[in-house]
Amino acid sequence: MIEQIFFYMFSAVLLVSACMVITARNPVHSVLFLILAFLNAAALFVMAGAAFLAMVLVIVYVGAVAVLFLFVVMMLDVDFIALREGFQKFLPLGLTVGFVLMAEIGLSLAGFEASGTMRLAAATHRVAGLSDAASIGDLLYTRYLYVFELAGLLLVIAMIGAIVLTLTEGARPRRQDLARQHDRPIADTLTLVKPVIGAGIAPLPAREDVP
Amino acid sequence: MMSVLPVLFIGLGGLVMLLAGVLARRDHSFAITAAAIIVLALAGRLVFVAPDGVVLHGLLVTNGFTRFADILVLLGAIGGLALSIAYNKRTGIGRFEYPVLVLFAVVGMIVLVGANNLLSLYVGFEIQSLALYVLAAFARHSLRSSEAGLKYFVLGALSSGLLLYGISLVYGFAGTTGFAGIARAFSGDNTAMIGSTFGLVFVLVGLAFKISAAPFHMWTPDVYEGAPSAVTAFFATAPKVAVMALLARVLLGPFGGMLVNWQMLVEILAAASMIVGAIGGMRQNNIKRLMGYSAIGQMGYVLMGLAAGNQAAVRGVLIYLTIYVVMSLGVFGCIVAMSRKGRPVEQIGDLAGMAAEDPRYALALAVFMWGLAGIPPLAGFFSKLYVFLAAVRAGLDGLAVIGIVTSLMAAAYYLRVIKVMYFDRGEPGFDQRTVGMNAVIYASAVATALFILMPAPITEASTYAAHALMSAGF
Repeated sequence: MIEQIFFYMFSAVLLVSACMVITARNPVHSVLFLILAFLNAAALFVMAGAAFLAMVLVIVYVGAVAVLFLFVVMMLDVDFIALREGFQKFLPLGLTVGFVLMAEIGLSLAGFEASGTMRLAAATHRVAGLSDAASIGDLLYTRYLYVFELAGLLLVIAMIGAIVLTLTEGARPRRQDLARQHDRPIADTLTLVKPVIGAGIAPLPAREDVP
Repeated sequence: MMSVLPVLFIGLGGLVMLLAGVLARRDHSFAITAAAIIVLALAGRLVFVAPDGVVLHGLLVTNGFTRFADILVLLGAIGGLALSIAYNKRTGIGRFEYPVLVLFAVVGMIVLVGANNLLSLYVGFEIQSLALYVLAAFARHSLRSSEAGLKYFVLGALSSGLLLYGISLVYGFAGTTGFAGIARAFSGDNTAMIGSTFGLVFVLVGLAFKISAAPFHMWTPDVYEGAPSAVTAFFATAPKVAVMALLARVLLGPFGGMLVNWQMLVEILAAASMIVGAIGGMRQNNIKRLMGYSAIGQMGYVLMGLAAGNQAAVRGVLIYLTIYVVMSLGVFGCIVAMSRKGRPVEQIGDLAGMAAEDPRYALALAVFMWGLAGIPPLAGFFSKLYVFLAAVRAGLDGLAVIGIVTSLMAAAYYLRVIKVMYFDRGEPGFDQRTVGMNAVIYASAVATALFILMPAPITEASTYAAHALMSAGF
């Protein structure tokens, strides 16, 4: 009974926050709702007995991906108002197409029936005596090693791609120069001021910026 | 272990070259491209070292069919790289990452061709696509190239999503991602079940995106036009072969029991592609866009062969793909050679007067255009002949009629290029061609023109490969 209550609670919050991700006006709010959606999905994983997957979801998606999204949203100066232009115009068409697709998928899933082999696989999927993390690792590094290594290659390609498309050699490579950083005296970087209480903050004296 | 050799060799070769390129202070893009060509050629030898059979817990399969497709992929990639050397240097995008990305894309294609499980299929698909997205945008100072990369990426991501959704439905139905298990689940009374049919449709759509079959072709002309010409040459050959070979294996292997379900879909794809390719190419003035529409139409003919779904059909498809790769490399060799004072030109009108200035170039391009139009006795005629025969024998008469009408229509725009070269006045004044370009252009032209004298090696190999596919099941 209590399990069902929790299940419906997590699912409801998940669905609502997923909807908010795409409807929120402020992109930062969208990302925050996305994090909420991930957390609820993780809770559902825990309820299904997949604790390891839940942790991975939180660590990877909330810890890395969503924060990265947040960075991108904040750093890129994208005019979201301009992006929304035409939203009203295409709304009816988009809604129609989406509704038709949804109805079709719903109809098909209503009549979905797994084959005999699937029922067999579902009945025997759990290996006795192994935790889920251990069984995932067991499969990943033996049976699916080939795919696992290829996925690594995929990440290498993504990295090369990002560097090839963005790194500009020559003009002003923004490289870190440790020697120069260490050479800077404190006086160049730090100014100590003692503001008098109640007098407000006086503007700092203009100083040449050390890059 | 021996079966993974080609993938391992190319992948490690790519990584070593990446390291060499990063560590070297000077620009070594020429040496690295040459090394990449050698790696691909050696991999072609390793393809034959790999023994037949299913290995790695059913993730990878090697047989006569996959070897044939591997060799075609490698051929396309080698041709594309040979064309890229001079072109990249001239247009200022000659960087060592280019051959490395091509090598990684080839790894993806070979994984794709030999995939025996939906997991390895998807990973191969993504490796190939990701490398191709970056290559399309490789000329990053060019707005059109960036646009091509972005368009390709967005639509490619969409198609990956559809493919994954289809895979999940198939898995939900069959309980396994292995091709053998899926074939077992989809045999007998199970074929008409709704879960399997839906999964099949989504998988088919995802793959149709990649071979630019209409109605999933929207990206093709823009990407062909925007991407650097050397990249387009690579796009037009290797990935098409890899995905088409995979499509044949998936449809006849795991989904072989559902022939009645997918035959109609493939027929529709084929008819739509042939029509779009024929009509869309009519009004193009940019030769790369023209080739984009040409590719759509040509894929329609291949799909027509595939729709027949028997051994003769697979044989026709393989012969078609082989000849298509050779002719495409030739045409793109000619396109890459179109430049004035180091700046590429792409309009068909720029070719005016070519016959008087450079008869050999004009004759070679004319041979390719005649070949693509399917005029006997050139190779393109025979490739069409085999797929039409397969389609008619399988009772797909309507499709064959559409094919004949559209190839007549398409002949109009292929012949227009020849007319511009031979009968219009003008002074092309193109730059000197390099050895790499000449090698690709003349080798392809000779192969296209003289195929009729010695068709046996290709037809025999195709027969063997088709037999290997049909007898293995997949």
